[in-house]
Amino acid sequence: MTAVANHFSYWATLFIAIAGLYIVIARGNLVKKLVGLAIFQTSVYLLYIAPGKLIGGTAPIIADGFAVYSNPLPHVLILTAIVVGIATLALGLAIVVRIKEAYGSTEEDEILAQDQATLDPLSETKT
Amino acid sequence: MVVPLIAAPLMVLLRHGGFAWLLATVASWSSLAVSAALLGEVAGGGVISYAVGSWAPPWGIEYRIDSVNAFLLVLVSLIASVVVIYCRDSVEAEVAPEQHYLFYTMYVLCLAGLLGIAATGDGFNLFVFLEISSLSSYVLIALGRDRRALMASYQYLIMGTIGATFIVIGVGLLFLMTGTLNLADMATRLPGVTDTRPVLAALAFLTVGISLKLALFPLHLWLPNAYAYAPSAVTAFLAATATKVSVYVLLRFYYSVFGESAIFSALPMGEILLMLSLAAMFIASIVAIFQQDIKRLFAYSSVAQIGYITLGVSLDNMTGLTGGIVHLFNHALTKGALFLLLGGIALRVGAVRFDAIGGIGRVMPLTSFGIVIGGLSLIGVPGTVGFVSKWYLVLAAFEVGAWWLAALIVLSSLLAVIYVWRFVEVAYFREPGAAVAKLREAPLSMLATSWLMVAACVYFGLDASLTVGGAAQAAAELLGSGR
Repeated sequence: MTAVANHFSYWATLFIAIAGLYIVIARGNLVKKLVGLAIFQTSVYLLYIAPGKLIGGTAPIIADGFAVYSNPLPHVLILTAIVVGIATLALGLAIVVRIKEAYGSTEEDEILAQDQATLDPLSETKT
Repeated sequence: MVVPLIAAPLMVLLRHGGFAWLLATVASWSSLAVSAALLGEVAGGGVISYAVGSWAPPWGIEYRIDSVNAFLLVLVSLIASVVVIYCRDSVEAEVAPEQHYLFYTMYVLCLAGLLGIAATGDGFNLFVFLEISSLSSYVLIALGRDRRALMASYQYLIMGTIGATFIVIGVGLLFLMTGTLNLADMATRLPGVTDTRPVLAALAFLTVGISLKLALFPLHLWLPNAYAYAPSAVTAFLAATATKVSVYVLLRFYYSVFGESAIFSALPMGEILLMLSLAAMFIASIVAIFQQDIKRLFAYSSVAQIGYITLGVSLDNMTGLTGGIVHLFNHALTKGALFLLLGGIALRVGAVRFDAIGGIGRVMPLTSFGIVIGGLSLIGVPGTVGFVSKWYLVLAAFEVGAWWLAALIVLSSLLAVIYVWRFVEVAYFREPGAAVAKLREAPLSMLATSWLMVAACVYFGLDASLTVGGAAQAAAELLGSGR
């Protein structure tokens, strides 16, 4: 039980990561897939940030009376990662909008069925 | 690398297609000049280190050029420089005019990202550049005319982002264990913690993530659609550079960070890679044989060829690694040339399906002949670049005493004969239909650049001293830095 409690942040990270990946794989809706992807990426933020905090640590500013500092580097890194994540999500949603315009649907199986439908007559006429 | 990065926002501001093309050309050619100069600098085995913002490594971000990535920088900027000239007519035909400046912006950003991945010596910086190049390549693919390009781009986005996130998790775990992000610094600190579980997990995450990016066999699903539906120039550029840069990342992590002994002696990574490479070589080649769309055919053949590259890596000896790196270069040339020529056909015919191009050898003789030469190079016929790299791979297989492996390499090359022959048969032995007979050759700018690549295929096949020399030095550097 203590093993779980001591590594609580890692368990949380793991849970979020797997939940996100599961959504990406299991959902057929393109937007939902992107949401899953965003959740998956969020888990990475936690993976970086959580170990940076030391219990009793303060912000890394040199001052009297404080000897333990938290590591500021993960925050900087994750700020970058968040920006990257937003860019990815924005681009993904933009592509979904265009897919919706082109196919009239955001369900993966419907789109694939449409592709199949446009492909099949072509190959039949040619053979 | 900074040049394309500055050029990109300028283009958006100017919003003019022709001017953006000019700027893109200048940017890629100047990158080529800088890369060539860098390769000259490090040819003696030296290392150039540049601390961004004057923060001394390992605290600041370091750009670290040695003979491995200088080789790659030259390759990427060379391909970019050739393709950008080709772009002018090809993009004119395939992308809507108001999107031209955006196309070139993305193109230059993608180039900047790829060069950045190659140049950086910082784990997290690598991820950022990876995402810069990936995001811009998703956009480039989505610019394809076919609406299936959108779906291909979306799938690539999902898979690519999962891959990139896996890489960040890997880098993050390493960061937790070593307290550093600088790859060279990480390498010196890792031995103390090599056998701990987070490091092994990091290795697993990195391997899967990078394999997704480089389309190693079971993780290649995004590749055929992305290549098939992207604009021709984009296909040529991505096929020749993006996966190759990912291979470099794999090499960097395996040999420079973890060290050869940790990967290949203590863990069965070599065997795993070997099996996957063999699977890629055979399964992807067989799938390629049954494709109707020639772009898809060569996309599957790319998956197979990547198998050869990772095969060279997995053998873990000097010759194998040299073969792998040479093949990286050679395959970039060959596939670049092939996709550029196919772009010419796509421009004239409108489709690159086998049933649409019967007899094309008579109306577009130069283009078709170029494809045949490229195909011969894929097979590995002596006198083309493909032969040089396969020769090294076979030698490496003998060196580790695996004659069966050499036999398999030759056997899988025979599969390439089949799919290249399909093109030859359709192009030369079928009567041209009414639609095909009216066609003309591709425009000069496209034909000339494509043939430049084809000529490079033959030249480096006949005189391999430059490529093999560069690759051998890179291999020595990688093996030397492994502990």
